[in-house]
Amino acid sequence: MSNVPGDLRYTRSHEWVRTLPDGSVEIGISDHAQAALGDLVFVEVPETGRQVASGDAFAVVESVKAASDVYSPLAGEVLAGNDALASQPELVNQDPYGQGWIVRLKPASMADVEALLDATRYAEHLASEA
Amino acid sequence: MAYIPHTDEDVSAMLEAIGAPDIKALFDEIPAELMIDSLKGVPPALSEMEVGRLMLDRADRDGRPLNFIGAGAYEHHIPAPVWAITTRGEIYSAYTPYQAEASQGTLQAIYEYQTMMASLTGMDASNASLYDGASALAEACLMAVRANRKSKSSRMLVPRCVNPTYRLCTEAIAGTQGVTLETVDYDPQTGCTLLDALRAYEGQDITAVVLQQPNFFGQLEDVDAVTDWARAQGALVIAVVNPVSLALLRPPGEWGERGADIACGEGQPLGVPLSSGGPYFGFLTTRMEHIRQMPGRIVGRTLDLDGRSGFTLTLQAREQHIRRGKATSNICTNQGLLMTAATIYMTLLGPAGLESVASACIARTAELVAALTAIKGVRKVFEGPRFHEAVIRLDSPVQPVLAALAEQGIVGGYDLSRDFPELGNAVLVCATETRTSDDIARYATKLAEVLKHPAAA
Repeated sequence: MSNVPGDLRYTRSHEWVRTLPDGSVEIGISDHAQAALGDLVFVEVPETGRQVASGDAFAVVESVKAASDVYSPLAGEVLAGNDALASQPELVNQDPYGQGWIVRLKPASMADVEALLDATRYAEHLASEA
Repeated sequence: MAYIPHTDEDVSAMLEAIGAPDIKALFDEIPAELMIDSLKGVPPALSEMEVGRLMLDRADRDGRPLNFIGAGAYEHHIPAPVWAITTRGEIYSAYTPYQAEASQGTLQAIYEYQTMMASLTGMDASNASLYDGASALAEACLMAVRANRKSKSSRMLVPRCVNPTYRLCTEAIAGTQGVTLETVDYDPQTGCTLLDALRAYEGQDITAVVLQQPNFFGQLEDVDAVTDWARAQGALVIAVVNPVSLALLRPPGEWGERGADIACGEGQPLGVPLSSGGPYFGFLTTRMEHIRQMPGRIVGRTLDLDGRSGFTLTLQAREQHIRRGKATSNICTNQGLLMTAATIYMTLLGPAGLESVASACIARTAELVAALTAIKGVRKVFEGPRFHEAVIRLDSPVQPVLAALAEQGIVGGYDLSRDFPELGNAVLVCATETRTSDDIARYATKLAEVLKHPAAA
């Protein structure tokens, strides 16, 4: 069973969202998603300042045999991509909810964050997909 | 492995397994109106003997003229071992390997090719080759749009002294995918990209600047100035280069302060014979920072489970068999046979051999220009350094002169009047290492005769 921390929000496409003290959010892919992809060899992060809509493909995670889009869970402005992933994409595998974060975003509306899946419902979603 | 075709029983078993009544049912998603019963206008099949005769007759019609035309495809001496080795059964294949890792020899040949092309162009990485030089430029432009993420315009600045066929082809391929080509004028004195014409775009969003070296007129561009200007604008630099010239000229990776971003071009001069326009092959190399945006196949060197050295296709996640509609390109193949010939050609010549070919080209062209411009009514059009081509201008229309020369068994050059009417009666002439002093003297003598007595010729 994959790790689903209780303090985060999730999407059905397996992204997670953490609200930071300054009102920005950190986004990554779930433990389930990294395990399904296998060892990552490359992560493409969006450029700072980009305006994204909810559901936009804004990053790419690439393993040896597949490349998948990461979809923005929220509308907002990209504050930063995780530059450490350029040389260490494996951080997403090793620490998907920590050092493996992919994007920091300034959400257009905090209410959008609340509307995402909580840990319980994401765990149910995982169970239903299994 | 066994190459045994499927038997009827095999086919039935497979259809049964997937629940399809017959093979036709596998194609039922194609709308009926797109299906045709037969190909109209295709003549009946010929036997091998008949095809052989037909091709010989057509080849005879070309004759064996003395050739002074280049304009993108060049006659070079090809040492006999190049094609003797290339056509050996072990490596005689036109195609990119499918079960790639079972074809270690092919992968090694591609790997060696990539290493040589990266080294020749001063870049970090090369793909396994593309269709030809023109489509390589189109792919380079599409790649630049992906690689230059700061630019939103998909606009390319393309000097008119870039091969006009390349510009047309790029327009056809990349133009339909949102890329805009902006034409930049050339300096009428030097035949090189006009820096002032580039500066008119200062401050605008430009995705990339295309620069051909030597350019279509054979003239050598100020690659440092253009590269540095482009970089200051936030534009990438796409170099279109002649691989033979790189034995002498500074490679694109060393242009200006930081080098070009993508180098591409026509690989034909490297051991591929002139042949009715093809098949030739394109090459494309780049810096490591852009490698994931590079189209085509890439072979890498690796270790197997037992720690032995081996070769493998790499970065395949960019390609359409994995990335589907979001692949970097629909190019999923390479020009395997011609790329193999080029690898053998470069191996046989080595850096010193390629340099002597390039030096001989420059010397022969200088000799040709001197011989032709000594004739009354023939002038050189552009000043400045050049590689193995030059533009000359006649006092009278070009076509009758070229036709009269052809009667004498001489291909006198490329008529520029269609693409560059402002140059008047201009001809692009070329002499590679294959043209001797006698050849050049013969051309000059015949041209003088034709110009003196146009009616008689």
